[in-house]
Amino acid sequence: MADLKRKVVQFASAIIFNSYVKGFAKGTIYRGNLKQICLPVLNCYSCPGAIGSCPIGSLQAVAAGITYQFSFYVAGFLALVGLVGGRMVCGWLCPFGLVQDLLYRVPSFKRSLPLWTRCFKYAVLVFLVLLLPVLAFDQFGLGAPTFCKWLCPAGTLEAALPLAMANEGIRGALGGLFYWRFSWLLLILLFCIIFKRAFCLILCPLGAVYSLFNRISLFSIRLDQKLCTRCGRCVAACHLRLPEVAGLNHPECIRCLKCVKQCPTGAMNWQIEVSDKKEENIYA
Amino acid sequence: MVKTILRLALLGASLLSVVFGASRGEVQEVLQTAINLCLECIGIG
Repeated sequence: MADLKRKVVQFASAIIFNSYVKGFAKGTIYRGNLKQICLPVLNCYSCPGAIGSCPIGSLQAVAAGITYQFSFYVAGFLALVGLVGGRMVCGWLCPFGLVQDLLYRVPSFKRSLPLWTRCFKYAVLVFLVLLLPVLAFDQFGLGAPTFCKWLCPAGTLEAALPLAMANEGIRGALGGLFYWRFSWLLLILLFCIIFKRAFCLILCPLGAVYSLFNRISLFSIRLDQKLCTRCGRCVAACHLRLPEVAGLNHPECIRCLKCVKQCPTGAMNWQIEVSDKKEENIYA
Repeated sequence: MVKTILRLALLGASLLSVVFGASRGEVQEVLQTAINLCLECIGIG
């Protein structure tokens, strides 16, 4: 039931965040004032339906421009979202997270990625999102959104493909960069059939930002040691086995709440709280 | 207690960051970027 609720929320947010239907029909993008506001998810602002800005794209675009090297507006917004829910956004709102969840349902052999692979996304955040757009610039002093250009599969899926299908001019202008991006997208999608949420774990710079807040966010998962029978169902429900190997509220927990749903005694639960409580671990 | 203080401090810093960014015109910069087609994002740039 918890997973059905999550799916409904994921589909609803994907539709709401990309509700400019005219854009899909005409092969154009929304140009209204709502795009002053960042969406809390990885959702390309050049998607024909996007009604808000992508925070990762905006961070790079501001850094790549001439006026500022860093966007306090976007960074503050991301910190606010992170403080409220940590990576809950990844689990419940992100359209590209939904795509990965759906792909993982495709029958195939399944494997788990080791937890250390998560380190790559911090390098992506620091180098491709924060540093290279500022440090690598052309003769006019302009940088490029390096992550968007070379590694973002959401841009290819949500923007390049729908625009190319609906707009002949764009279709004709696609070149080598598009073919690289398309191949990269296919590779990522294939990876996500075998490894659950592979992009979130290894590469997503937005996940990297939110992960920094997972242990201190207002939303958290708690365990009542008195009620816990150590049956291990929460561990089995988690694709990364986080309750066992890394503890509750680990930076990689996307708050899917499968562990809470599986707990037969109600020992595991979620809460929203400003004040402190002792952090508990299932094997503490 | 430490976590509560950290949360409140970060909350304050985040709000200040948003207000500071908005006050120096970053909102307009974000808008200008988002209403124009990102060539790099679609593979033309």
